[in-house]
Parts: sequence; structure tokens; C-alpha cells
Amino acid sequence: MCVSPKPSSGGMPGARGTAPFPASSPAPGKAPGELPPAAAAPFRGPQDSPAGGARESGSGRPAGGGARGSAFPGHGAPGGDCGAMSPGTGTGGPGTAVPGRASAVSGAPGLGIGTSGLKPGDSAPAGPESEAPRGGAASPGPGGAKAAGEAARAHVSLEGVNKSFGDFSAATDVSFSLPEGTLGALLGPSGSGKTTILRMIAGLETPDGGDIRIGGTRVNDLHPSRRGIGFVFQNYALFRYMTVFDNVAFGLKMQKVPRAAIGERVRELLALTSMEGLERRYPGQLSGGQRQRVAFARALAPSPRLLLLDEPFAAIDAKVRKELRSWLRDMISRLGITSIFVTHDQSEAIEVADLVIITNGGRVEQAGTPLELYRDPATPFVARFVGESTVLEDYGALVGFEGAPRGASCAVRPEFVHVCPPGEPVQFGNSSEDAIVESVSFRGSSLELRLRVKGYELTSFYSLEHAPVAPGERVKVLIYRVYAFDGGEARLVNNSRLSSQGNGYNFVI
Amino acid sequence: MDGWRRGNGTLRVFLIAFSFVFITVFLVLPLCQVLWKAFEFGFRPFWESVSDQYALKALKLSVLTTVAAVICNTAFGLCAAWAVTRFSFRGKGFLITLIDIPFAVSPVIAGLVFIMTFGRLGWAYPFLSAHDIKIVFAVPGLVLATIFVTFPFVAREIIPVLTARGTDEEEAAVLMGSGFFTTFRRVTLPHIRWALLYGVILCTARAMGEFGAVSVVSGHLRGRTNTLPLHIEILFREYHTLQSFSAAAILVATAVLILVARNIVEGISRKDADYYVR
Repeated sequence: MCVSPKPSSGGMPGARGTAPFPASSPAPGKAPGELPPAAAAPFRGPQDSPAGGARESGSGRPAGGGARGSAFPGHGAPGGDCGAMSPGTGTGGPGTAVPGRASAVSGAPGLGIGTSGLKPGDSAPAGPESEAPRGGAASPGPGGAKAAGEAARAHVSLEGVNKSFGDFSAATDVSFSLPEGTLGALLGPSGSGKTTILRMIAGLETPDGGDIRIGGTRVNDLHPSRRGIGFVFQNYALFRYMTVFDNVAFGLKMQKVPRAAIGERVRELLALTSMEGLERRYPGQLSGGQRQRVAFARALAPSPRLLLLDEPFAAIDAKVRKELRSWLRDMISRLGITSIFVTHDQSEAIEVADLVIITNGGRVEQAGTPLELYRDPATPFVARFVGESTVLEDYGALVGFEGAPRGASCAVRPEFVHVCPPGEPVQFGNSSEDAIVESVSFRGSSLELRLRVKGYELTSFYSLEHAPVAPGERVKVLIYRVYAFDGGEARLVNNSRLSSQGNGYNFVI
Repeated sequence: MDGWRRGNGTLRVFLIAFSFVFITVFLVLPLCQVLWKAFEFGFRPFWESVSDQYALKALKLSVLTTVAAVICNTAFGLCAAWAVTRFSFRGKGFLITLIDIPFAVSPVIAGLVFIMTFGRLGWAYPFLSAHDIKIVFAVPGLVLATIFVTFPFVAREIIPVLTARGTDEEEAAVLMGSGFFTTFRRVTLPHIRWALLYGVILCTARAMGEFGAVSVVSGHLRGRTNTLPLHIEILFREYHTLQSFSAAAILVATAVLILVARNIVEGISRKDADYYVR
């Protein structure tokens, strides 16, 4: 393997610092134009637009099978939060006019912009777990429309990417795109190909076919080190025999950045990740969280334009994980760097990412904002995978779903099942079912009930405010709606006896 | 479990005592006998027989072949270990098995293989004689035979370490633009340095004492193709007991030195692992 470590003058690292990609036309064949900002806006009316948009844009592509389109109607939403950021990303530092080697250094101050020179709009990601940043587009401020337009440029895009290892197909016709400044999650069960996809973007695996573009440039044949990528490995892959300082400095040394500039940049990053004072430690002497932060700093040191993280929280115990999750989310928002992370944990993906790409068996099942995936799963797999769904076979026996075709199955989420507290008047008597409480478990803010209804087992949440229920007790339950599986599609079906009552998607707890 | 291990006092005492007695009777006493025989008549006769010109030449030749074999096998071991642990290819399992051949094959056969290849009956003989290259019954043959016999040691020590370490640190380095040699020097070598040294030490020990294969290809030309073990054997056959045991004492001394070095390396690597890893 002959690797030339030299960043040639016109090389990528330089390109990163210099005017990054504003001029680069959106990837041909991609149709960012077909994501009207309007499609991103509606929050109400679950059935209509976002899903419809996704499907239509999906059908526009040749992609076969379950591969969903690459368009993200909802991407305007993340735009709301990253749009504020994108000026920060776009600039790439004030001193970026110098191309080539020097720009790698000038990229360093670029980060400074991300940290200190944040735009006023930065307050947005303050509450990342609230709906606000995602719904940013729902309340289009003056910058909102512009942000959406900016973000419409796909920063990373995959088109028809295939990869197989021997007989095993790790990626089949994978297509998706990620707008600039967004945090995407590749979510799927183990063996679903998500890590392979990430490694192909990084250049650690070579796709058998298809195009991978970063910032509009096809990178398939570009050496990993020329792609402008920061990579955080699953177990961090810190250099165990180098100090924290040397770990972070490694990438810069490889780019032959002058010593003084390296020192400055490393200190800056260690300050950013609150690792000051630990420069001389070895990775073996750090805690899991500290290692993650070093890995993060190391990945960011050469000022990449794309950050890839492979299961970044897998090696950390559950307690610290949540903390680190929001730390990382916050950090990525502050820097405004386009990022993709791989996870098998849906709550991680849904809470952290702007866009979630669900993979299964090497295919992309669906891509969209967490809310879209949650509200409108396109395939049975997504319906089952997202949320705490229970799958029912042949559900036509349930009251209100008599119209179901014989043998059809569906997924029911706990919030679709309302338990009428005993002793209270039953509201929709004729649409309710009789159920027996099988078990009750305490979930902090609510109770989780396992219920038996006509031989089906369902789960529901039950407020602590209501009269307590005990296992064995008979209760009335109302099943609002289910995700009916129809071939390879999942479709929301409401309880037919409730139709007169209207059917906004109300979370019932 | 603990009770099973500790409770049976007699079994414990018996096993420990048996091990000690066995090693003492079959290993330590014979070695002491060698030293005792060497120094039976005091230091002067010992020194005289050791500083005999043929003994010195044999020692020199042993050191030469050992150094050559160790260098070759270190290079080969690194390449093989790298190939086996870093690439996936057809016939990988086969290659790993091949590396182990010298462990399974008798050294005499190793010697014969070279005779049949480079000797008068060998297929390479016409070419070699045409170019006046001597391999069998000359130093190159000794080196080849030693290489053959000692070649699994380095690879065998490194492969498990490289396997356990995984490839992600190297991938990280390559992603950051590090070339092959930089990656090897800065990232891989620190991981395997102690295993490598350990392999080199074992390889040295084996090469110094190699007898069988070398005996076949040597031709026993005194002062020219006699290594120290061969020299010892010849002296012994000629009833030069004192000289023979004196030379043997040197070999025992090197073995002890090598063992000490091995233990030091082992100790350091363990401490090293505690410090850097986890």
C-alpha cells in the first residue's frame, strides 16, 4: 500500500480552508429543488405533506426496493438550527485565502470562529432536546428561508452505493444525502450495513459501485486523507503509545503544519473539549468520557469538513452516555460541522440527530427527521424499529379495525393505546376493547402496562395521576390507530369507529 | 473452586515437589555437571581449551550465523505477521500453517532439504557450480539451515499481538494522512516492540544452539564450517572431554544470559502494558 502522506498544494485540506463549496453546484441528479421549504414547514396534519413529499421525491429516483429517496423534506427544520451555524462553517476562517499547506493552519482559526465567533443565532441549540431547533422551519424567521435554501445543498450524498463482502451484501443501492451543517444518524440493527456505509464515506472501504460525494466532489477515488474527514472510531482508536497532546497533534504533523501552529491548535482543541492539563497523559490513563473527547479533538484537529463517528457512545457506560450525548450534540452545533454518526440505539439517534437514516439488511429503509420517522414510518421495518412498537398479526379482530385484510399485520405503539382508568366513565364505549392487565411496571413518570386484548399482547403507558391498576384487573382500552403493513409499506390506519371524532396525531399519555 | 484448589494440601505439596525434583534431576544437575566438568582442573585449563583457535573460530561462526538468521527471520516475521493480520486473502490459513512447519519437521530433514536442493544431487547445483557459488558445506548453507529452523519464532510472537490490537489505530493514522512507514514506526511498532524483542531473543537462543540441520549441511570442516555445537560434538567424539565441556560451558552461559534477557523483557512489557493500556 503506497500512501503519499503529503498534502499536495491543491490537496483537499487546503480546499477545506479556502472557499469551501459555495460555488460547487449541487450534485447533479440530486434534486434539492424538489424540497420546497414549504414541505418542511407543516407540523400539523401528519398524513399529508411530509410523508407525501418524501415518497414522491423518493419515487423520482430509480432506486428500487425499499431504498427511499434521498430527499429530506424536513431538512429545512435542521436548517433552522444549523442555518444559524452555516455562516460559521462556510467561512472556514478569516485567513483562508492562502491555499495549500498554510491553509491547514488557517483552518485552525476557522474553528475559533466556531467557538468564539458564534453568530447571535447560536442560542438556538441551547435546548437541543426540545422541539424548537428541529421545528425551526415551522416558525420561519427572517433567516429561516435563507437557511433552508443554504441547507438544500447536499453536503454529503451517496447514490446507488453497493458493497459486498464475498456473498454478504453489506450495502445495496444505498442513496441518501445530508445537507451542510446537519447531524445525521445512521441507525439500524447490527449487521445492517451502517458502519460499512460510514467507512465507505471515509474511504476505509471501497464501494463496489455508486457515487459518494462530499461537498459536491466525487470522492470515490480520493485517498481517505484527502477527503477532509475527521473520524471518531468506535473504541476511539487513540494512539495508546502517544500522549493526549501527540494524539491530537498527529494529523497536523502529517500535514507538515509548523510546530508552533500545531501547539496552538492543539491547545485550542483541548480547551474546547475541556481537556486542558491532561496533555501529557496517555489514553490508558483517561476515563471513557475523556477518551471520547480526545478522539473528538483529534478528529477535529485538521479542520475536517465532515465529521464521521462510529458508535461514539457504545464504549461508555449508560450513566455518562446521556451527558456526552448532549455534549457532543452541542459541540457539533457550535462548530456547525456536517456530521454523521452510526448507532444502533434509536433513542440516541432520535434525540441527537437532525436526520436519521434507517438501514436494514444493507438497504436504506427510510431517511427523514426523527419526527417524520416516528410519525410516518414508510416501511414495516421502520414502524417496528422506531418507538416501542408491538407487532400484531391478523389484527382485523380488533374493534374499529374490522376492515383490515385477512392475515394482515400491524404495529401498535404504546401511545396508541389508551387505558380507561377504572371507575371513570368510559368515553368511547363502543370502540373500546376489554383487556386484562398482565403486568405493571413503574417507569418513573408513568406506569407501563402490559395488556392482553383478545389474545393480543399490547403495551401502554398509564399516568400515575389515575386510579392505580393491578395485574389481573379488567380495564377498557381504546386503540386509536395502528401502522398497518401493506406489502413493503407501512400506513397509518385509524380506528374506524373514531373517525367522527377527528384524528390529529395526539400523543396520548 | 477455591476450596478445590487450596484445600487438598497433600496434592499441592506433591505436585510442587514433583515439578522441582523433575527439573532438578533432568535439567539442572546435568547442566551443573557440564560446568563442573569444564572447571574440574581449575580455570587455566578451561581458558586454554576455550581460547583454542578452532574453538574461537567455531564461536565466531555461531555468532555470525545466529545474527544473520535473526536478521532474516525478524524481517520475514514482520512481513508475515503483517500480511496475516492486516489483509484477508485466500490461503491465509495455509500460510499460517506453513510458518509452523519448522516446529513440526525434524531439523535433520531441514538439512537434507538443502542438500537435495543445493548439493551435488540438487536441481540448483549446475547453476551454482557454473557461477562458483558454494552453499552446502559452506557458511551460506549454515545460515540457510539456521533460518529454516528458527523462522517461526518472531512471526509467532507478533501475530497474536497484532491480532489483539486490531487495525483501528492504523486506520486512524492513515485517515490523517500518515504513510505506511510512518504508521508502522509511530503506531504499530510501539505495540509490538516487546513481542518483537521477545521473538528475537527466542530466535537467538534457538539459533545459537542449533545442531541437527546445521550438522547435515556443515560438512564438519574444522575452522571453516564448524559452529560451536558441532565443535563440541567433534571434541567429545575425539575424547577431548575437557575441551568439549569447556566449550559447552560457553554455550550454557549464553543460554543463561539469554534467559535473563528474556525475563527482563517480559517484566518490562508487562509493566508497559499496565501503563499504556487501560
